[in-house]
Amino acid sequence: MTKLLQWLLGVSILGVAWGIVTFDILDLRLPHVYKEVAWPMPVYLLVVFGCYSLATVGYRVATFNDCEEAAKELQAQIQEAKDDLKRKGLKM
Amino acid sequence: MASRRSDTKRRGDGDKYSVLLPTYNERENLPLIVWLLVKYFGESGYDYEIIVIDDGSPDGTLQVAEQLQKIYGEDKIVLRPRAQKLGLGTAYIHGIKHAKGNFIIIMDADLSHHPKFIPEFIKKQKEGGYDLVSGTRYKGDGGVYGWDLRRKLIRYLREDVYFPLLFSLCGLSSLWNSVNDTLLHIISDSLTLPFSHSRGANFITQVLLRPGASDLTGSFRLYKKEVLERLVEKCVSKGYVFQMEMIVRARQLGYTIGEVPISFVDRVYGESKLGGNEIVSFLKGLLTLFATT
Ligand SMILES: Nc1nc2c(ncn2[C@@H]2O[C@H](COP(=O)(O)OP(=O)(O)OP(=O)(O)O)[C@@H](O)[C@H]2O)c(=O)[nH]1
Ligand SMILES: [Mg+2]
Repeated sequence: MTKLLQWLLGVSILGVAWGIVTFDILDLRLPHVYKEVAWPMPVYLLVVFGCYSLATVGYRVATFNDCEEAAKELQAQIQEAKDDLKRKGLKM
Repeated sequence: MASRRSDTKRRGDGDKYSVLLPTYNERENLPLIVWLLVKYFGESGYDYEIIVIDDGSPDGTLQVAEQLQKIYGEDKIVLRPRAQKLGLGTAYIHGIKHAKGNFIIIMDADLSHHPKFIPEFIKKQKEGGYDLVSGTRYKGDGGVYGWDLRRKLIRYLREDVYFPLLFSLCGLSSLWNSVNDTLLHIISDSLTLPFSHSRGANFITQVLLRPGASDLTGSFRLYKKEVLERLVEKCVSKGYVFQMEMIVRARQLGYTIGEVPISFVDRVYGESKLGGNEIVSFLKGLLTLFATT
């Protein structure tokens, strides 16, 4: 079974379960609250998942160390190198 | 000059370091990186050679390399060009074949990897007798410079989402054996080092595979020559994933890994191969894997 099939299977099982509760397909006469909770569930889950992803990605992107010093040092060295190489006869 | 010579004598322990510089259109960067390498190797006194593997760059990188060879000598600058662009992975293999050193240093020629860290790599290797030493952007003073938000995001997606998924989907299943060990590690790590792994580190992979290194895709590393040969032989993936597979396999084969924090300054000159279609290829790759594994 490929990962794709696993996912499809998982999603359809959840979908069916959700449909059964929301639309009462099997005529189970579930209490009304079940339905109230169940029908917007996919949206809730999506929102929660989205927030979680955004927060994680945002946090990690924001806390990447910025090395200003290293960049400055490199710039200075590049200049030094260029001068020295020119003196040694390098044609760029 | 005299002090340099006595330095060399002092370090005359028979170790030689071969630096592999794969280049593709690095005309501007190559002289600068070579100059820096000569500077820092000269100062620290280790024996070295620089092997330039140019893949027929249309911008004339090879001609610049030839000039550099004249300036610094054929024993220091070794040219091993190939006629066409054949990719990074095979460039390393090609370079290793011609390396005379018993240690190999792999780095990018685009100035994002600064030679000043090499003496630190070497010191670290000698201290712990490590089989390989990896530069890490995610620990200590390590970090990056010059990434805008978009690039950080792309990198993040690539290294934290795409690669881990790829690896867990492809299932390097033999690595699953040490699950208990893994749990212990995670618990102790999270107690002692709460942030070291979260800073853009490849969280899922860290958890699943425990490669024992915090920077999986960085390609600034020092290897014992025979270790690198063995790893290259074992690795199957190409491109960016290659670096990651190397470190995961290294752990799998029981090699010891040392880490040195590095700052990574993004390329100043030349074309980046990391474009906007990275996201597209990321999605494509993901879908392909979903459908086929
Ligand atoms: N010989 C050879 N060198 C290559 C090839 N592709 C890339 N390189 C070199 O490999 C190093 C890393 O490539 P980069 O383009 O910097 O890749 P990156 O570091 O992942 O991405 P950016 O720096 O963000 O562009 C550089 O020194 C390149 O010149 C290739 O096909 N053959
Ligand atoms: Mg680069």
